[in-house]
Amino acid sequence: MRAPVLVHDALTLAERCKDAASVALIGLLLGVPMVGLTTVDQGGALQVATRWPLLGAFVLAVFVGRLVLRYSIDRVSAGKRLRERAEGAATASSAGGAGWVRQLGIAALVLALLMPIVFSDNRYVVDTATTVLIYVMLGWGLNVVVGLAGLLDLGHVAFYAVGAYAYALLSTQFGWGFWAALPVAGGIAALAGLLVGWPSLRLRGDYLAIVTLGFGEIIRVVLVNWTDFSGGPNGIASIPRPSFFGLPFRPPGDTPSFAGFFGLEFSPMHRIVFLYYVILLLCLITNLLVTRLRKLPIGRAWEAVREDEIACRALGINVTGVKLSAFVFGAMLGGVAGVFFAARQGFISPESFTFNESAIILAIVVLGGMGSQLGVVLASLVLVLLPELGRDFSEFRMLLFGAAMILIMIWRPGGILSRREPTLRVARKEGGA
Amino acid sequence: MALALQQLINGLTLGAVYGLIAIGYTMVYGIIGMINFAHGDIYMVSAFIAVTAFTLLAAAGITSVPLALAVVLFVSVLFTSVYGWAVERTAYRPLRGSTRLAPLISAIGMSIFLQNMVQLTQGARVKPIPPVLVGGFDIFEADGFTVHLSYSQVLIIVVTVLLMSGFTWMISRTSFGRQQRACEQDMTMTGLLGIHVDRIISLTFMLGATLAAVAGVLVTVYYGVVDFYIGFVAGIKAFTAAVLGGIGSMPGAMLGGVLIGLIEAFWAAYLSPEYKDVATFSILILVLMFRPSGLLGRPEVEKV
Repeated sequence: MRAPVLVHDALTLAERCKDAASVALIGLLLGVPMVGLTTVDQGGALQVATRWPLLGAFVLAVFVGRLVLRYSIDRVSAGKRLRERAEGAATASSAGGAGWVRQLGIAALVLALLMPIVFSDNRYVVDTATTVLIYVMLGWGLNVVVGLAGLLDLGHVAFYAVGAYAYALLSTQFGWGFWAALPVAGGIAALAGLLVGWPSLRLRGDYLAIVTLGFGEIIRVVLVNWTDFSGGPNGIASIPRPSFFGLPFRPPGDTPSFAGFFGLEFSPMHRIVFLYYVILLLCLITNLLVTRLRKLPIGRAWEAVREDEIACRALGINVTGVKLSAFVFGAMLGGVAGVFFAARQGFISPESFTFNESAIILAIVVLGGMGSQLGVVLASLVLVLLPELGRDFSEFRMLLFGAAMILIMIWRPGGILSRREPTLRVARKEGGA
Repeated sequence: MALALQQLINGLTLGAVYGLIAIGYTMVYGIIGMINFAHGDIYMVSAFIAVTAFTLLAAAGITSVPLALAVVLFVSVLFTSVYGWAVERTAYRPLRGSTRLAPLISAIGMSIFLQNMVQLTQGARVKPIPPVLVGGFDIFEADGFTVHLSYSQVLIIVVTVLLMSGFTWMISRTSFGRQQRACEQDMTMTGLLGIHVDRIISLTFMLGATLAAVAGVLVTVYYGVVDFYIGFVAGIKAFTAAVLGGIGSMPGAMLGGVLIGLIEAFWAAYLSPEYKDVATFSILILVLMFRPSGLLGRPEVEKV
């Protein structure tokens, strides 16, 4: 007697081809209006141009892709079933990953500290590293909101903009210094977070996504149109750079400067390296804050609300307050990153704060692993460096981000590096009953 | 007075389009409880299909306006509904039963994907088409201001009213409508009664895409230009309309759409055209604060 064969494993080649052909037909229908046909502007009226070879390649790719996908899905699920049968009640242990992550984190920190010393004459490398760290900071801010508290914030860039404009205005209009403006601008961004979060967080979680999206647009529209306040589309220029304890980075002159004070020869690299260490310091403070907060009652409450809101309410946790604190904290971190951005660029305009930027930050959090600090660092590295490496790639960057967000949600809803485990969990009874 | 009447007409036209898109949001929210962020981009895809189809027809020498409109509507609805189906099948169905956040992020990913796909395949430039429907009625003249009702505005309002009546009939009278409403109430029970729930959800997405497709064609006729970014703004506004009317309620979506259209038209005419989007979003926030269930929606009861 043979055990009945499960239908799923026993797809014949013909069945597989039929399945792939039907998917390819859908691909053809999707492809005709977008890939096969396009309109081109040829002096006045539009003309239709056809790209049948490209469409053919697309449909073929869909066909082959579906065959391979279907086959590998079947292999994986068959393998899993076999293993389950063999192992029976044996439990797979996945513990012991924490030490590995910790070591990698320390290695990354050492690398980050030494990087500008090694590349002290390569401005491009240090500049790119600074950009990576800005995204790390933004990612960590959003990670508190999305990863820990489980709130979808699609307008994180709004708080980044609030911070940047707050510093730009405070410094150009009132002559504030970078270090004085930093906490104030962070506070203003936090206040903006409070204003947006307070009405929307009392409702179902999904509404927050659309409200933050709308708020991001409001900020951008206001910045573009309120010319007296923000300089409109022209932005704000000649924003003062941070100084080293009051010593500016400029060629030696009448006033004391960094190079003059330490008796060094003036070099523009001083400022670049200094900026790099400033953002590194800000990032480390952020990391320390976030990891500490996770261990406090409020951090535990963030994760608890993410896991089960109704249970939290039943336990007497003020769900709205907990969510609001995460949202405001994330907004503040975004604002601080914005201050640094404005100080580093010396020029800001609404161009830098579009929805695409929000989407990139969200992609960093989602790809890296929601709730994982190191994941955000790795994702920022990948997302900033890939477009730098290949110009051709940058065109496809957003397309790939979108596709990656979908695929990662399907395969690893917690993100690549995260197992989406709450920090604290009641131990399940092993082998009970 | 004349200006107000003109803005009333413009606002109603705009509102009809928002309403058509909003129904897609409301239906999907009603049945699987998620915000389909990619819906605005489905509408944008339809507008691009309409541009290609109009250009092809013009090249083929078809000059009859009703024929061209009918053909373009048909083609656009056909292809766009396939897009609606594919979006649900690839990005949302695998995530059913996952965490609450996962389908939302997947939807954002899909929206970004569609926008950039269109930008890459169709170009980032604005696409203008020659006017399809020219002319209109001059209703009356006062203080040297003529109130004008163009044929394309008439077309938009008439098509919207027809579609809405057809739709209401379908949801309330046909067997598909009954199955759809049953899924909204209890998906598991509906499945137990022998109704193919996945098929109903797919059809719901296709119907939403159909309405978005019609909206896309109408807007292409009305404005004569499209670009890959129109889906984003229209999507947010239509969603605002759905929330304003009460998400999950179909008459609510239409009412919300019309209200948003009117607010936008009057705000642009009397206050400041630059800040009309700000007005829309502020209304969204105010509605959420004071009446979270919307104008016609039922308050939500959370169950464990």
